[in-house]
Amino acid sequence: MIRFLHATKTYPNGASGLKDVSFQIPKGEFVFLTGHSGAGKSSILSLIYAEQRPTEGEVRVSGYQISKLGPNDIPRLRRQLGVVFQDFRLLEYHTVEENVAFALEVTGARKETIPNRVMRVLTQVGLASKARAYPKELSGGEQQRVAIARALVNDPHILVADEPTGNLDERATRGVFQLLREINAGGTVVVMATHNMELVRDTGYRTIELKGGRVVYDSGVDQAAGAES
Amino acid sequence: MKHRTPLREALMTFRRTPLLSGLSVASIGFSLFTIGLFGLVAINFQKALQDLAERVEVVAFVLRGTPTETISTASQDITAFPEVLDVSYVTEEQALGRARRELVEFREAYRDLAVNPLPASFEIRLKPEARDAESAQRVAERVRGFPFVEDVRYGRDWVERLDKLRNMAAVVGLVIGLAFAAVAIVIIGVTIRITVLQRAKEISIMRLVGATNRYIRGPFLLEGAIKGISGGLLAIAMCWATFTIFRTSTTAAGDALVFFGGLQMLLFLVFGTVIGLGGSVLSVGRQLRAV
Repeated sequence: MIRFLHATKTYPNGASGLKDVSFQIPKGEFVFLTGHSGAGKSSILSLIYAEQRPTEGEVRVSGYQISKLGPNDIPRLRRQLGVVFQDFRLLEYHTVEENVAFALEVTGARKETIPNRVMRVLTQVGLASKARAYPKELSGGEQQRVAIARALVNDPHILVADEPTGNLDERATRGVFQLLREINAGGTVVVMATHNMELVRDTGYRTIELKGGRVVYDSGVDQAAGAES
Repeated sequence: MKHRTPLREALMTFRRTPLLSGLSVASIGFSLFTIGLFGLVAINFQKALQDLAERVEVVAFVLRGTPTETISTASQDITAFPEVLDVSYVTEEQALGRARRELVEFREAYRDLAVNPLPASFEIRLKPEARDAESAQRVAERVRGFPFVEDVRYGRDWVERLDKLRNMAAVVGLVIGLAFAAVAIVIIGVTIRITVLQRAKEISIMRLVGATNRYIRGPFLLEGAIKGISGGLLAIAMCWATFTIFRTSTTAAGDALVFFGGLQMLLFLVFGTVIGLGGSVLSVGRQLRAV
């Protein structure tokens, strides 16, 4: 589903984002990306959703080779992904249901199907009763749920979450994380960058730790190696 | 749930950010207003030149005693010249009558004449495209070739000066007009860029959920076009107000002034729309490349 092969990312100002990073994420997996700020977590995520291209090496996502994406391929790839950020990135002048519907409208979904699909996904994230509210009328946790609903509405194969609980309190964090687990249980790959080591420790999910743009630990590889030995 | 359409999104922008939208329309309006004022000066100057050009005519004085048939045939011949609009024959009596009417200071002298000293003449008006020194001279030369023509006059110096004035006005008008248009385009481009930058976050979210560049551009282009049309209407209103004030505050000269015609106003609006659209295309394009 996702494959990094000797991927290196150097930014135009010379800063190094990633150095020779290789890993694979198969279908249905939940993966944590951990590491300090600047370790390369966001670089990996931005390569997955094609915000950046690798300087060297190969990045493949859902069959698309990121370095060879044409202008029309990027929207196609992103329609197969859901992306969630720490700062929610909602359209503040639109209601909750409009924010979610928006992700369907851009894909050219049939108009008559949109309200039902929106309500289904809002029910899934527990916000059906707030469909007509505006983002500023919601708590941080609720806003993040709207962002997750927007990411989910197109039934993505992969959900990319960049510090989704970074701005949330303990209770909201647990709620959002539980939602991501449920989504993963439905077969969607979830790649979540986080600083919250408590979350990482409490679950048995695969963890890829980054430092200075390199992978310094990958529990998936260690487990595979352990199984082989 | 209201569905997102490019037009709805474009109109919503005016509701969400009334101040910025108002400022955009005002800056487009004022930029076009400067062009409009220049345009008004230009069309009135052009009209004044046209009025002057209408006075370009060739007068051929006819020898006394030229037979009527010869006059009639010659009149038809001259009318057939490609440069000629029409020909009128002024008899000696008509010339005297006109002199008595128009030359008030000589009225007494003309009244007591025993013999009419004024010759008959052909007054030859030229077609609008032939009201220049070269054409007037060509017609004069040909008319001079008739044996019964005593003299031909067309105010050569005056026509040549008019030609120079016209050429100069065209060059100056083009240069100043282009300069005004360039300044307006820059101001409008900057204004629209500010509105696009203000919505950079929205554009990045659109891209993130898989919107194509075409889908993203739609509302912005419509918004630019609406601002362009609104700015154009504002500019026309300001031009009209300025024109009215100027005309009422001046005396006789003001009555001769003209305002834009329907087609010119339409062109003005189209120009505003194109500038609004162009500014949006460039600004959104830059933003799409940046995110």
